[in-house]
Amino acid sequence: MIGWLNTLLQGVMLGGLYALFAAGLSLMFGIMRLVNLAHGDFIVLAAFMVLAIMSAFGFGPFLATLIAAPILFSLGYALQHYLLNRTLGRDILPPLLVTFGLSIIIQNGLLEVFSADSHRLRAGAIETSSIALGTDIAVGTMQLLTFASAIGVILALNLIFYRTELGRAFRATSDDPEIAQLMGIDNRHIFSLATAIAMVVITVSALYLGMRANFDPTIGPARLLYAFEAVIIGGLGSLWGTLAGGIIIGVAQAVGGKIEPEWQILAGHLAFLAVLVLRPRGLFPRAGQ
Amino acid sequence: MALIETRRLTAFYGDFQALYGIDLRLEEGETLAIIGANGAGKSTFLKTIAGLLPATPESVIFGGRPIGGLPAPQIARLGISLVPEGRRLFPSLSVEENLLIGAHGRREGGYWSLESIYGLFPALAARRHVPSHTLSGGEQQMAAIGRALMANPRVLLCDEISLGLAPIVIRNIYAALPRIKASRASVILVEQDIVQALQVANRVYCFQEGRMSLAGRPAELTRDQIHSAYFGA
Repeated sequence: MIGWLNTLLQGVMLGGLYALFAAGLSLMFGIMRLVNLAHGDFIVLAAFMVLAIMSAFGFGPFLATLIAAPILFSLGYALQHYLLNRTLGRDILPPLLVTFGLSIIIQNGLLEVFSADSHRLRAGAIETSSIALGTDIAVGTMQLLTFASAIGVILALNLIFYRTELGRAFRATSDDPEIAQLMGIDNRHIFSLATAIAMVVITVSALYLGMRANFDPTIGPARLLYAFEAVIIGGLGSLWGTLAGGIIIGVAQAVGGKIEPEWQILAGHLAFLAVLVLRPRGLFPRAGQ
Repeated sequence: MALIETRRLTAFYGDFQALYGIDLRLEEGETLAIIGANGAGKSTFLKTIAGLLPATPESVIFGGRPIGGLPAPQIARLGISLVPEGRRLFPSLSVEENLLIGAHGRREGGYWSLESIYGLFPALAARRHVPSHTLSGGEQQMAAIGRALMANPRVLLCDEISLGLAPIVIRNIYAALPRIKASRASVILVEQDIVQALQVANRVYCFQEGRMSLAGRPAELTRDQIHSAYFGA
């Protein structure tokens, strides 16, 4: 019994990581209906940037992330402003093609610069410490921190969305971009800010990706897959739904892995398929659409 | 000098030409009505002024300055607000948020605020925090007008504000017009409801198949003139 409880807990914690992967994707899709196929590769790119800052200045991973975040924020703004805004329109194909191309460029660029070796963001004692919850059950500090960060990121995004003028402009533009322009809102600027913010979320995901496991330039697309599944389970455009989606995949993987270690990944995908069959629009679809 | 003047204004949807050289003047403080049948190009005309459809710079003059073809957000910030056909409130925003978003690029120092909008349309005050898609048609139209007014516009463009509403609701909405004019906004109304348009307008233009078929003061126009300008002789 306690073993299953432990499995469930580990699954929920893992779900936090998937929710972090998915939050940036959900943000960009929610505001501008842009599916960023290079999302996973951007997470890996951000992880390498954190790694580079750590080795160049001898900083720890958290401080390095703090430095990488504004750089990636600017990169996100420029990327949207100079490239992705040109792909948006009635046709949904151009953004898919362009971000697919970006994915290949980023992977090969990283291979060129950092080689195919796998790396890790060394965080010291925190990696192996754990917090006891009762006598028989404990949770890793890193796992807990990941989950808390996922909640923190989603809370922060919700605050931006529902408590600020910028968030109002985000939601209005998402609802009806043509009419938003009549309010004096420059859609292209709003979209660029959205991607810039998504890049900060990506940096946070990269921190935990890199501290929890090894990474190399080729693992981006698999992260994209988990992110996609979490977003779709949760319902497109709903951030809390994205967290729920991440948790469902995480728990399914943990339970699958407990039954039979080979089933871990498969179980996550099966849970996704099951939700697609039962609730094609996700668990928390947006109202009025 | 006219507040807004269009010179040989044309508009296209792809290869289809919707407007064939419209010359129109709106003087400061005036209320104009544009009438005409479905597909006459009335909405297209307003959308082109608002910057949602392309135009050559010199074809729209605002306060002496060519503004044709400027991006829509820039035109909005100059003080031209459009109340779009079909209201088009933002469904995921509350009523009050819809009004606040109207103030996004507003001209400062104008008459309009949340309080004065609620004073103009008391029905909205009670429903300020509900999602905008739960409003009745009349309330939605009030919110759409309020949203446009929040920008403190010098020109308010109203596209079919009586469409699909009951006569009593239409009267309520039109009752707001004197106060809108008192806020120093000039108004262009696009209407299919000719009676309503003739009652409130200083001058009336009639469009027919993308061309202007009649222009004049309501009192000077005869029923027959309007009938033939509207439907074609």
